[in-house]
Amino acid sequence: MTTTMTSYDPAVDAPKHHHPVYDYDSGPPVDRGKFAIWVFLGTEIMFFTGMIGTYIVLRAGSPEWPNPAHRLAVGITAFNTFVLICSSATVVAGLFAVQKDDMAALRKWWGLSILLGAGFVGIQAYEYVHLIDHGMTPNQDLFWSTFYLMTALHGLHVIIGVLWLAVAYVKILRGEYSSKNWVGLELAGLYWHFVDLVWVLLFTLIYLM
Amino acid sequence: MSDPNASSIRPGMGEPGTTRTSHEHHELGFIRKYIFSVDHKVIGIQFMLLGLVFFVLGGLFAMAIRYQLAWPWESMPVIGDLLFPNTGQAITPEFYTMLFTMHGTIMIFFVIIPLLTGAFGNFLIPLMIGAPDMAFPKLNMFGFWAMIPAVGCVVMSFLQPGGGPGSGWTAYPPLSTIASASPGSLSAQTWWLLALTWVGFSSMMGAVNYVTTIVKMRAPGLTMFRMPLTIWALLIAALLQLFALPVLTAASMMQISDRVFQSGFFTPTNLVINQINPEGAGAAAGGQPLLWQHLFWFYSHPAVYIMVVPAMGLASDILSVHARKPVFGYKPMVYSLCSIAGLGFIVWGHHMFASGMNPALGMTFMVATMMIALPSAIKVFNWLGTLWGSRIQLTTPMLFTLGFIAMFIIGGLSGIWMAATPVDIYIHDTYIIVAHFHYIVFGGSVFALFGAIYHWYPKMFGRVMNETLGKIHFVGTFIFTNGVFYMMHQLGMAGLMRRTADPYDYESYAHLQPLNVFITISAFCLFVWQIFFVWNFFHSMFWGKRVGRNPWNAASLEWEAPSPPGHGNFDSALRVYRGPYEYADPSVEEDFLAQTRDIESK
Repeated sequence: MTTTMTSYDPAVDAPKHHHPVYDYDSGPPVDRGKFAIWVFLGTEIMFFTGMIGTYIVLRAGSPEWPNPAHRLAVGITAFNTFVLICSSATVVAGLFAVQKDDMAALRKWWGLSILLGAGFVGIQAYEYVHLIDHGMTPNQDLFWSTFYLMTALHGLHVIIGVLWLAVAYVKILRGEYSSKNWVGLELAGLYWHFVDLVWVLLFTLIYLM
Repeated sequence: MSDPNASSIRPGMGEPGTTRTSHEHHELGFIRKYIFSVDHKVIGIQFMLLGLVFFVLGGLFAMAIRYQLAWPWESMPVIGDLLFPNTGQAITPEFYTMLFTMHGTIMIFFVIIPLLTGAFGNFLIPLMIGAPDMAFPKLNMFGFWAMIPAVGCVVMSFLQPGGGPGSGWTAYPPLSTIASASPGSLSAQTWWLLALTWVGFSSMMGAVNYVTTIVKMRAPGLTMFRMPLTIWALLIAALLQLFALPVLTAASMMQISDRVFQSGFFTPTNLVINQINPEGAGAAAGGQPLLWQHLFWFYSHPAVYIMVVPAMGLASDILSVHARKPVFGYKPMVYSLCSIAGLGFIVWGHHMFASGMNPALGMTFMVATMMIALPSAIKVFNWLGTLWGSRIQLTTPMLFTLGFIAMFIIGGLSGIWMAATPVDIYIHDTYIIVAHFHYIVFGGSVFALFGAIYHWYPKMFGRVMNETLGKIHFVGTFIFTNGVFYMMHQLGMAGLMRRTADPYDYESYAHLQPLNVFITISAFCLFVWQIFFVWNFFHSMFWGKRVGRNPWNAASLEWEAPSPPGHGNFDSALRVYRGPYEYADPSVEEDFLAQTRDIESK
């Protein structure tokens, strides 16, 4: 038997109208969104690995590296780090609240997280303005080159995170989440924790070491 | 999973076991349906049209390169007046540099990757796993639309003073980062970097979607090891994109920072280019140009596999259907794809043997590179094993797939040989390298892509492409491809350097000009020959022979859906009983046994 191309037969080949949409769930028993966000965080890890790896290579390859304490206001940024860690804690408090259907607490904790996140961006912007005022720009030396690019790209992630939290907040106000459906909040939270974790690494490398 | 049929029907977000019965068949307007579409099939076809348009542009650049290499500095007919009014219609050296830079950039980032992962990834993944759409249709749409700013940045880069980027698709600093280095390193290079960043966004959004869809949305009974090899290949390519691409994005950010804010990531101390010292001009220094090469190739070597792994998957599927025989050694095929991808992450240094590296490190990269020959050879042997004793149907998709295998062998063999450090140091940056990677990317990926377009065209448009024109297209393309790229091996052995606008300036290369004329004529024929494809593609869309759901009598899931599939793809519930390659099974009358056919409970 040779294979011949079957021609069009409307009885078999015409699409059936008004059929239901069949949608299946396979693989590990996790939500699709949650699966995807972990995959996405994997790419983010590689992004910051590239940045941190570059920092280590450039620093190790430089004949001398300035003491960060002489150049940066470590105290203020330590406080800022604390602000960011607090915002992670408030996100978790919000997630506890939504599981108990305590919407007032959810609004409070989520709103506080946004304020803390925005506060972090504000303090970082203040730091930038102050440094640039004193002529500390990326073209001064390798320390400032790496400092600005790494903190700026992290800051961009924080800004995106604050916007994400804010969009979720609007949805909270619209009553879209409950103890039965809060995965959307969890996704924003996972991203936010990741951004915080990266900051702990960057703060240690750039400011403390 | 222990029970292959354990996968449940997913009702939105609720309990498993019920069907989500949305009967919404409301008609969308033209714009929502064909332009800002969230349907994976439309997005796939959008990616395909984008890729084919850029294929023409990238091809034209190649033709201009070939013109210059055959008849250097001679006035160009027709377009010479328009492009080069000041140099007597002849190409300028800067323009030549721009040509090979943008030929590579466009072919890789705007043609091959969008066609393989964007077009076929989008079109085939949901259909081949029985899903109604991608896991995140809107994200999928954003993935396509992120290509538009990328296209805009490419257009902008041509409009900059200096006339387009000119540091090669590899953008090595300091040539790429120091504005005084070349006219192409003025603002055009920054736009080039932005274009790459947007392509990166697009690929990342696509890859997250593909991985989630493949893992989470397979039809009941479709275990991982019952998936078509195309899906395996697209899954692995998506993982490569996810874990390699962000490193290039990070490196691009550093280069943008070096260019815009005069930071010093890639600027060494005491560098002087064209009498200008960047430090004296206010830039930071102390950086390492070699660092860019590491970061760049950490992405761009896996990118080579992003460009060939999906092609291998497509070829395996086409081969099995048109040879009417199961793929020989299905699991080894999967494992070899995985090991090609895994090894692909640790071989990037073989691009840098000539940059100066510790010989011990060079040795490591050399051995790791040669190890890729093992999984690649498994694949080739299994393709040949599939053909062994089969009933080969010499259809157009099959011809292109056979061409793919033949040329992949040539390109693959030269790859093993040039991985040896001593060989590479001799042939580095010669035309041997150009011949090698064009055998893989053109002879390999593009042939598999042509095969895939002919094979899945009926599913896309409900009509088949003309077979006679397809065969004419194949024969000419095959002959001229070898006319172009096989001869480049000869040029390379004679030592001809790539990226040189006028190699005959060096007396020792002057005798190579006749061979270059031959290559150029072959290249022109190859380019013009594609008219058979273009005509066939667009003509068949409206006037091709109308076919049904399964014109090739294939066994995999996508052929269960109507051609073209409507909203939601499948019009009946699916259950999968076996792998996708059950041809010539004695238990049924037909010579194929569809994945969904239940022969036990009859």
